[in-house]
Amino acid sequence: MSTVTLTIDGHRVTVPEGTSLLHAAEEIGVEVPHYCYHPALSAPAQCRLCLVDVEGAPKPMPSCVTQAQEGQVVRTDQGLAREMRKGVLEFYLINHPLDCPICDQSGECKLQDYVHSEGRAHGRGVEPKRVFGRDDFGGDVLFYGDRCVMCTRCVRFMEEMAQDPVLTVVERGDRAVIDTFFEQGLKDSSWSGNIVDICPVGALVSKDFLHKARAWDLDHTPSVCPNCSQGCNIDIHTRDNVVHRLKPRENPEVNGHWMCDYGRGRYEWTNRSDRITEPFARGDGGWLAPGWHGALPSLQERLEDCRGPVHAVASAHASNEDLGALRELVERIGGGDIVYRSARASDEVPLPGFPMLARRRDLAPNTRGAELLGMHRVGGDDASGGLDKVAASTGTLIVLGDELADQPEDFGSRAELFVYLGAHPAPAARSAHFVLPVTTFAEQEGTFTNVQTRVQRFEPALRGAGNAQPAWQVLGALTASLAGEPAPASAAESFSRLAARVPEYEDLDYDQLGAQGVPANRPAAIAGER
Amino acid sequence: MAYPYVHEREVRMISRNFGDPAARTLDGYRERGGYRGLERAFEIGPAAVIDEVKASGLRGRGGAGFPTGLKWSFMPKAGVKPHYLLCNADESEPGTFKDRELIRWDPHQLIEGCLIAAYAMGSRHAYIYLRGEFFEASQVMARAVEEAYERGFAGRRILGSENDIEVTVHVGAGAYICGEETGLMNSLEGRRGEPRVKPPFPAAVGVYSMPTTINNVETLAAVPHIVEHGGEWYRQWGTDKSPGTKLFCVSGHVEKPGNYELPLGFPMMELIEDVCGGVAEGRSLKSVIPGGSSVPLMDVEDCRECTLCYEGVEAAGSMLGCASVIVMDDRTNIVREVRRMVQFYAHESCGQCTPCREGTPWMTQVLRRIEAGRGTESDLDTLLDMSAQMTGTTICVLSDSAAAPVVSSIEKFRDEYLALIHGGERVEVA
Repeated sequence: MSTVTLTIDGHRVTVPEGTSLLHAAEEIGVEVPHYCYHPALSAPAQCRLCLVDVEGAPKPMPSCVTQAQEGQVVRTDQGLAREMRKGVLEFYLINHPLDCPICDQSGECKLQDYVHSEGRAHGRGVEPKRVFGRDDFGGDVLFYGDRCVMCTRCVRFMEEMAQDPVLTVVERGDRAVIDTFFEQGLKDSSWSGNIVDICPVGALVSKDFLHKARAWDLDHTPSVCPNCSQGCNIDIHTRDNVVHRLKPRENPEVNGHWMCDYGRGRYEWTNRSDRITEPFARGDGGWLAPGWHGALPSLQERLEDCRGPVHAVASAHASNEDLGALRELVERIGGGDIVYRSARASDEVPLPGFPMLARRRDLAPNTRGAELLGMHRVGGDDASGGLDKVAASTGTLIVLGDELADQPEDFGSRAELFVYLGAHPAPAARSAHFVLPVTTFAEQEGTFTNVQTRVQRFEPALRGAGNAQPAWQVLGALTASLAGEPAPASAAESFSRLAARVPEYEDLDYDQLGAQGVPANRPAAIAGER
Repeated sequence: MAYPYVHEREVRMISRNFGDPAARTLDGYRERGGYRGLERAFEIGPAAVIDEVKASGLRGRGGAGFPTGLKWSFMPKAGVKPHYLLCNADESEPGTFKDRELIRWDPHQLIEGCLIAAYAMGSRHAYIYLRGEFFEASQVMARAVEEAYERGFAGRRILGSENDIEVTVHVGAGAYICGEETGLMNSLEGRRGEPRVKPPFPAAVGVYSMPTTINNVETLAAVPHIVEHGGEWYRQWGTDKSPGTKLFCVSGHVEKPGNYELPLGFPMMELIEDVCGGVAEGRSLKSVIPGGSSVPLMDVEDCRECTLCYEGVEAAGSMLGCASVIVMDDRTNIVREVRRMVQFYAHESCGQCTPCREGTPWMTQVLRRIEAGRGTESDLDTLLDMSAQMTGTTICVLSDSAAAPVVSSIEKFRDEYLALIHGGERVEVA
């Protein structure tokens, strides 16, 4: 590939031919302010904020669409470029309501950022402001017309990415405003949340998040969307140990800049307050709460005595480390079948402009991980049924993470030993001998293996409820004490034990998975998967 | 004396049939020498046609004055991609009314010009994009095109030759911005009439993403005459840098406003005083806008030595534009006129670029306030500042056009602004 060398703000930079000045400036760490330009969308060059001064050019050039040329001398930081930007920012504020105190975007608003960094200290606009008011665009999206900077990113997203052009610009001049073709035009869209993400100001806001939190109070934790097997990279935004929203995190190999509304909207369960917070053991006179130090040794004793067949029910919402620890324990006590149940949608919902991304049929994040550990899916597409054989077990029965919502109250009552590990109380687990509290994916670190057999890490965004522990820690400790070995001390250690037994994970190193994951060594071919 | 006003110093070439309804029919046009240019074009071939137009030195009459022959030569050689010729008949610059007359009185002249241009550039389809408000003109045009098809002057095998050229008349929805060449292309394609970022230029990527040349009505109307008589013949009028004749649309405070076809280089004062009969008795000239509302205002001093050609008006500090001469006498409230012009641009801005979308209405508001006697001196600085921010910063030149009269009027008629600001004459504003 041929390259060009140019000078930006006095620094020489070499970039591939065809690179825009905006990206070339990024190479030397200069962010040229811009609104209409978005790397995944077409560039209309209409916000006029990214104008830069190119030596020899008669006019300031829009850096988003101007290609870097050999020997060019470009200034972004002084003279004409700076003056023009100041002017454009003043124009933006002429009709902007400046309602930052009640605007959800405040704190992560590009208009706020740019004006604070290089706008005029005092506006000269004294005329009455234009008023558009609010509009319900349907779905989760609310439109505040007065805050709009007319960058048209939302229109272009719906046109180019969702390929569902329900948004448009109506009218012209300063009466131009974004609108839907019909009332609540976004209500049937599966991707509308993304226009809230790419809106550089507070014009498009989420109804779900409306007035819930200030942006600067939110903690961001890198994670993986738990709502289908696509495994979109996300950030979990929390405040005071409560999840407030999920936002996509860029990963060009998985989800680009986007995520679907289905995934984005399903986080409330992570905030459930009906949690199992203490380990329970069944005693002669009823339930005892002996604490982990009491529960684990007595469970270990019971496991050593167990002679019958072993059955286990896992969950495709559990991490690879949890599932690997379960597999190890089951093998340690004589081996047996592990099944899991998970919901499946009737079809996939792809994003036409970025077809790698789809809301997959599989509505659990780790079905691929479970399959790689030899677990079998049972039951229907609504994650029910399929447990008749397990329910009638007379040997050892271990349930991890499945709430058994459709199961009768006498589930597992004939088992010699019934251990239930879960985050939430399960009425069907009342016959259990041990009920052990485990953390959800949002409260622990670990990995999921997505539909592409890509192993991706997530970090803990919340503190665990009560004395809940990650399942890999509980199960790993049991296996270790049965074998007389040290227990895994970290998720990383748990993962390396897993990597040693699953050929697809061979040579994968937990620390090297990084923020965006890596594909498994050998893509697995699993029957029945799309 | 026919057609509202004519003058003996006129050189009536493209306007020769103005006021003559019989020329609107194909037969009438033929009788008056029409379609000879097309016949000659077919004889000499496309390359020679472009050479003749280049030799004539004809410059685009839409306002920018770009040499037409040179523009045509930018078109790639005919290949797999279709080429298009667009005729820009979206005449909407305030003060301009020449294209409408060319279409109303002499539609076949324009068709002939389109056919020759299309033939020269290997285009098999010419679109005539008419302004939405041209009700009568669009009917006349549609009828003429129909007649041309019926009689074998358009469509397949024109005049029995091997040349096929379709001619389509398209009427816009009435937006000034659709007269900007790429805005026109978007409009023609059925999109919002928003100018496109250049490059790529139309000769590479134009309408339907194909090589396209777009010419003004008046430019194309001159082409048949040039091709029939030769480029050198055309140069007998005008100056070296601005050859030929030009329609001058004179409006405002003159006794005989109207269209006058004069050789370029004609002295401005003679146009106003001799050809148009001067300003009304007892009045005096105050200001002239020589090229439509988007060019800088001139004061009397500027006008005195000014000759009406591209270089002449530029030397006088303004631009010839489309030669729409708006004459204002001493009754004129300059601030009010400037505000009206800026208001027009605010209304017609497409709304893409921030400086134009936000700047033009803001300017209007500030001017309105000054007009109502509530302005301050610092408003003038704000206006000049805004003008600088709106010049050369946008995709098209609409915001530059809005800024030009503001800057020139503050420069030349600052006293009038100050009089309003310092509590002189208070004007009620609707």
